[in-house]
Amino acid sequence: MDSQPLDLKLIGDIIERFQKKKGTLIPLLQAIQEAYGYIPKETVNLVSKALKIFPVQIYEVLTFYAQFRLTPRGKHTLKVCLGTACHVMGGKDICDYLASQLEVKPGGTTEDGMFTLERVACVGCCGMAPVLVMDEQPFGDCTIQQSIELVEKYRAS
Amino acid sequence: MENAAVKVLICEGTSGVSAGAREVLKAFGVELARFNIDKAEIISTGDRGLFRDVLVDIITPKLGRITYDFITPEKVPQIVEEHIKGNIPVKKFLAGKQYKEFFSGQERITLQNCGEIDPENLEEYLANKGYQGLKRALGEMSPQQVIDEVKKSGIRGRGGAGFPTGLKWSFCLGNPSDQKYMVCNADEGDPGAFMDRSVLEGDPQAVLEGMAIGGYAIGASNGYIYCRAEYPLAIRRLKISIDQAVKDGYLGDNILGSDFSFHITIKEGAGAFVCGEETALLASIEGFRGMPRSRPPFPAQKGLWEHPTTINNVETLANIPQIILKGGDWYASVGTESSKGTKVFALAGKVKNTGLVEVPMGTTIRDLVFGPGGGMLKKKIPFKAVQLGGPSGGCLPADLLDTPIDYESVNETGAIMGSGGMVVMDQSTCMVDMAKFFTAFTVEESCGKCVPCRIGLNRMLEVLTRITEGEGKEGDIEFLERMANSIKATALCGLGNTAPNPVLTTIRYFRDEYEAHIREKRCPAHVCPNLVKFDVIEDRCSKCGKCFKACPVDAIAWEKKTFPIIDKEKCIRCRSCINECDQMAIE
Repeated sequence: MDSQPLDLKLIGDIIERFQKKKGTLIPLLQAIQEAYGYIPKETVNLVSKALKIFPVQIYEVLTFYAQFRLTPRGKHTLKVCLGTACHVMGGKDICDYLASQLEVKPGGTTEDGMFTLERVACVGCCGMAPVLVMDEQPFGDCTIQQSIELVEKYRAS
Repeated sequence: MENAAVKVLICEGTSGVSAGAREVLKAFGVELARFNIDKAEIISTGDRGLFRDVLVDIITPKLGRITYDFITPEKVPQIVEEHIKGNIPVKKFLAGKQYKEFFSGQERITLQNCGEIDPENLEEYLANKGYQGLKRALGEMSPQQVIDEVKKSGIRGRGGAGFPTGLKWSFCLGNPSDQKYMVCNADEGDPGAFMDRSVLEGDPQAVLEGMAIGGYAIGASNGYIYCRAEYPLAIRRLKISIDQAVKDGYLGDNILGSDFSFHITIKEGAGAFVCGEETALLASIEGFRGMPRSRPPFPAQKGLWEHPTTINNVETLANIPQIILKGGDWYASVGTESSKGTKVFALAGKVKNTGLVEVPMGTTIRDLVFGPGGGMLKKKIPFKAVQLGGPSGGCLPADLLDTPIDYESVNETGAIMGSGGMVVMDQSTCMVDMAKFFTAFTVEESCGKCVPCRIGLNRMLEVLTRITEGEGKEGDIEFLERMANSIKATALCGLGNTAPNPVLTTIRYFRDEYEAHIREKRCPAHVCPNLVKFDVIEDRCSKCGKCFKACPVDAIAWEKKTFPIIDKEKCIRCRSCINECDQMAIE
């Protein structure tokens, strides 16, 4: 993983943009995550000062919602849908297989920093179950073989 | 000007995109240019509902509207040359039997514009009587009259619980306040449901118009749409639609020259199923953990930031403009005595045609699964159950297939109507595993506030896991039933109250499967990993070789007209072969 020092300029703009709005904490954190790919520790303290709330009140929200992550992501995020239809159509088998092939647990990132493997509850494409989502692109009617081909394709590109 | 009115409509919602709609769209652009047809318009619409399919409609002055299905970029040159240029439709690509089967028996009210109009173009919505309902409400009706009309329609909340919408609005109107809020619940968290996503992607303006009418009726000048972040396309289209509506004066200050102002803000959810519960949703909009609170006070009394608030589901709101425009009596003429109108179902699982199906209330489950659904996916593996209502619902067996779909009849079975997810299962689906799946889901999504849900569900999951691993004991079923009933009776919110339903219905209708796991250490559906031996059942095997092709580690030896042999040393027990087999011949 490249470990460049955090560019804290971004956060200043984000805080300014959201600071005065009502119920702003979640959209503010979402914007930070969009800018950095995750929520860096340093930003929590800055948000805490700007909104005049304790860091624990921010962590309370961060740990409640599945969307927020406190560690950096891999280059690609591979989501395996485990909604009802995907489960029935074999989504869990694909998830288990990918986890064993990539040697990560769901939620984790591969050692080379290429892939973050995630389980998601439902991406709403149940008609094409089982579904994988690589970054933003959904792939329907997946098999175990196709899943690993997809990984290899992204690894090569 | 022979090409003046040529239109090419391409379904480009999430399902269309993953089936390759973007490539098809590009191909049409290239081909139209190549044939110098510059007066043709390519319109990208939302999904019409049928999955795994890129639908293309071509409208020409001579031939009218013609639908093609399963279009790939390779087919585009021929269509452009023969149909658009030469006015002869390409017969072999025309939408065929499956398309007709899927749309037979459907009645489209909520989905009337989905796949028909360009959702990012307000003009097209207006051309289909868009904002006429709002115009009528503001011009001719008092808020009370709007509510009376909605009451007359008999529409009930489509989010799951089925509370009468008109009544909900009247509670909020009856609570005077200087500030009220209209909230649209687009946090479609039920795994197995995608109606709301499709409506938001295919007809976002209808939802906005419904919200504005609701805002007028209850006296709110501000609205929020709480949409899951997992639906990026829906959010993008909502943003575009709000901007367009504000620009043309259908939202914002002094709408259509009246005194009524209404502003809509989008709030993106951050991934918590419990936020579909209304009090949790409000907490989340306010920026806190999405934890439900006890009611009363109800949101209509003290909701968002302590102000009276009404929360309606996407599908409910999408129906409102038509109810106001065509009248409550018209809407009430569709459906049954107690459940009016139509309901959209997200049909998925082991069924031939998957997608969005809108049918009148009162249609039976059988008519839906074997009508538009086209029957089972694999011919040799018969129907076992249909799951209604997601993690709050239940699995219904074959002998309940003739249950009419209305709120009361579905509730009697132990399932719930829910938001409309309908997942079909065949004999290769294990009911104990399904119960475990839903319980694992609710355990994960439980907010942890009340004890029955936080701890009770965990205890149930432990027992279910043990059963699926072949470690079940006598008394486990009874324990599950006892625990389920106490959770139902004592949990704080709707999530906890309904979370045991999948376990209770599977025990009620498929007790023998539980018993097979516990007593015989056998999984009749060949699903539970510890109970599968990966042996080929030669009586059933058709020697087709699909398992051989599906195996990722080459653990299966097979030649034409021979039974496959599975090398258990090599086998990684990934179940690829079992999923691929059409005969359930691997146990």
